[in-house]
Amino acid sequence: MRHTLSVLVENRPGVLARVAGLFKRRGFNIESLAVSITQDPTTSRMTIVVDGEEAMIEQISKQLNKLIDVIKVIDYTFAPTLERELALVKVEATAQTRREILDLTHIFRATVVDVGESSMVIEITGDVEKVDAFIALVRPYGIKEIVRTGKIVMARGLQSL
Amino acid sequence: MRMTAAKALVECMKREGVEVVFGYPGGAVLPLYDVLYDEKEIRHILVRHEQGAAHAADGYARATGKVGVCIATSGPGATNLVTGITTAYMDSIPLIAITGQVRRDILGKDSFQEADTSGITMPITKHNYLVKDPDLLPYIVKEAFYIAKTGRPGPVLIDLPVDVQATEIDYQPIEKVSLRSYRPTYEGHPGQILKAAQAIAEAEKPVLFVGGGCITSGASEEVIALAEKCQIPVVHSLMGKGTIPEEHPLSLGLLGMHGTVAANLAVSECDLLIAVGARFSDRSTGKVSTFATMAQVIHIDIDPAEIGKNVKAHIPIVGDAKRVLQQILAKVEPKQHPAWIERVNNWKEQYPLKYKEEGEVIKPQKVVETIWRLTNGEAVIVTEVGQNQMWAAQFYKTKYPRQFITSGGLGTMGFGLPASIGVQIARPDAIVFDIAGDGSIQMNIQELATAVQQRLPIKIAILNNGYLGMVRQWQELFWNRRYSFTQITAPDFVKLADAYDCVGIRVTRTNEIEDAIKKALEIKDRPCIIDFIIAPEEKVLPMVPAGGSIDKMLVD
Repeated sequence: MRHTLSVLVENRPGVLARVAGLFKRRGFNIESLAVSITQDPTTSRMTIVVDGEEAMIEQISKQLNKLIDVIKVIDYTFAPTLERELALVKVEATAQTRREILDLTHIFRATVVDVGESSMVIEITGDVEKVDAFIALVRPYGIKEIVRTGKIVMARGLQSL
Repeated sequence: MRMTAAKALVECMKREGVEVVFGYPGGAVLPLYDVLYDEKEIRHILVRHEQGAAHAADGYARATGKVGVCIATSGPGATNLVTGITTAYMDSIPLIAITGQVRRDILGKDSFQEADTSGITMPITKHNYLVKDPDLLPYIVKEAFYIAKTGRPGPVLIDLPVDVQATEIDYQPIEKVSLRSYRPTYEGHPGQILKAAQAIAEAEKPVLFVGGGCITSGASEEVIALAEKCQIPVVHSLMGKGTIPEEHPLSLGLLGMHGTVAANLAVSECDLLIAVGARFSDRSTGKVSTFATMAQVIHIDIDPAEIGKNVKAHIPIVGDAKRVLQQILAKVEPKQHPAWIERVNNWKEQYPLKYKEEGEVIKPQKVVETIWRLTNGEAVIVTEVGQNQMWAAQFYKTKYPRQFITSGGLGTMGFGLPASIGVQIARPDAIVFDIAGDGSIQMNIQELATAVQQRLPIKIAILNNGYLGMVRQWQELFWNRRYSFTQITAPDFVKLADAYDCVGIRVTRTNEIEDAIKKALEIKDRPCIIDFIIAPEEKVLPMVPAGGSIDKMLVD
């Protein structure tokens, strides 16, 4: 099963290498990873999506916690969270298909951020399923490139990591 | 106080109680070595290869429980430490490795003798630092020692660019470490302690399984107390050897691949397995799915990541072995289970460790046994890796913790001789025996020169069978006797001893064993090599084939 781990780390050089190295060494596969600084400039947050059985996820969390630079690990999989991902999708678009793609874009509340003679770039934000669904729908028109940020999550309400 | 960062580093080390460092100078540690040149309180031991420095510091740490310190220059110096650091990491040994690094302005440019030491050592250290700000060095040193010796101990590396070492800083002693992300748990959870006590009260066939964590935390007394109070037989992992005197009636000896029949059968049949500071390595458990299947498992470990990693724990307790056992002892009542003790004792009597004597041909087990007898079982035994290590583990019955020093997790050939140097320096009055093989001893033989220079009376017993014996044993048993590259030649060890200015003795017949050991024991001012020419195809038995069930052992 897919788990979303939110990992609060010291904002120091080499921390990403430590976390990535740990995943590699223990044979855990990262599905997506988003890293950035938090409200406290001395810390960064990594949102890591990883697929595995319960025992493996528990082992990952424990091994992450052993890293001196890791402050906290939370598995957000079963918690009420807000979940977002952003994707830029470059789609082939001719005069004939442009209108249809635009309609899909509006339905998904996505935005066209660039239009060329034979392509469009659409920015879409939402949970992973929404992004996946949009990509599936525009795929028949011909996708030239997709760039996704990887998922970020935040607990709903007052709770914070 | 104004001083160079190199000088501050030495001051910091003195505050941490460092009395001896093992190292090898080079271009990128010159500022540090310039300070060490005048240093009176810290003794520097010059090794002959940086790997030797890491193992010697490791041996020193294992013998004392203190933090071992090794120093190497950048690039090749640092990469030569890698095997030694990994050895310490796998066995949770507190070690500080200080490496020189090229100066900051040419870092990352493939400069002369540059290696990405902090990158290379990331997965083999508990933590590491690349120091770019000289002012931070005193904090980093304090933190490094704290991390190395607390919680589950381990090696910490400090990579120090040469220009950082030479920079003047304003040095103030650091009193306290504050790490928001690192707070080991020492006390066991009271609820879990009660569950454990109840499980012990209800068990009919309990077994205590002690590992290296019992040595680290100094939990011997508590292990023995719990074993005696509740009549629980004790098995040990290789790292846990010495926790309980092996001649104690409740000791069943080594568990696992080359363990005793009694230990392996007891664990296979027990209804409660109390693992203390043991990590259920594959060498201890064999096939996990058939390991201790009848047992409820209490797993006590300071590292939460060990719990449930290899074997499911029914009652996990995170904490320091000594502290948790004290908590449990306060909650259990004395207990007897005569039928279980009788069953276990029957196995002990029926299947003792044994070997066949064959006239004049020297049996390695006999050598170890004789060393044990002539040293009253009180010598510090250091081993290399392979058959020598297993015969030493089986036939040298230890009496006290930190008496048996061996590379358990990594299984590093070449560990024994340099580790013996660290041990003998830590315990100058102890008799230190390195039980070696003719293969292993050749891996770090250069350290003989270090031992001679320091006038260390280490005894090196080479069990010389002309083979890489353990690999040969596997080839004999599992690879159709195809001895692919396991026949190994060696120099004439007696001449070699002479060349290094040590004493060398060759022993080719059983009836010469005793005199040779006695002669070695009389030498007090230099190392002594005894080259025992042993039965070439002797095997280590019992043996559980890799991945096999521990209740299915090859006995003859």
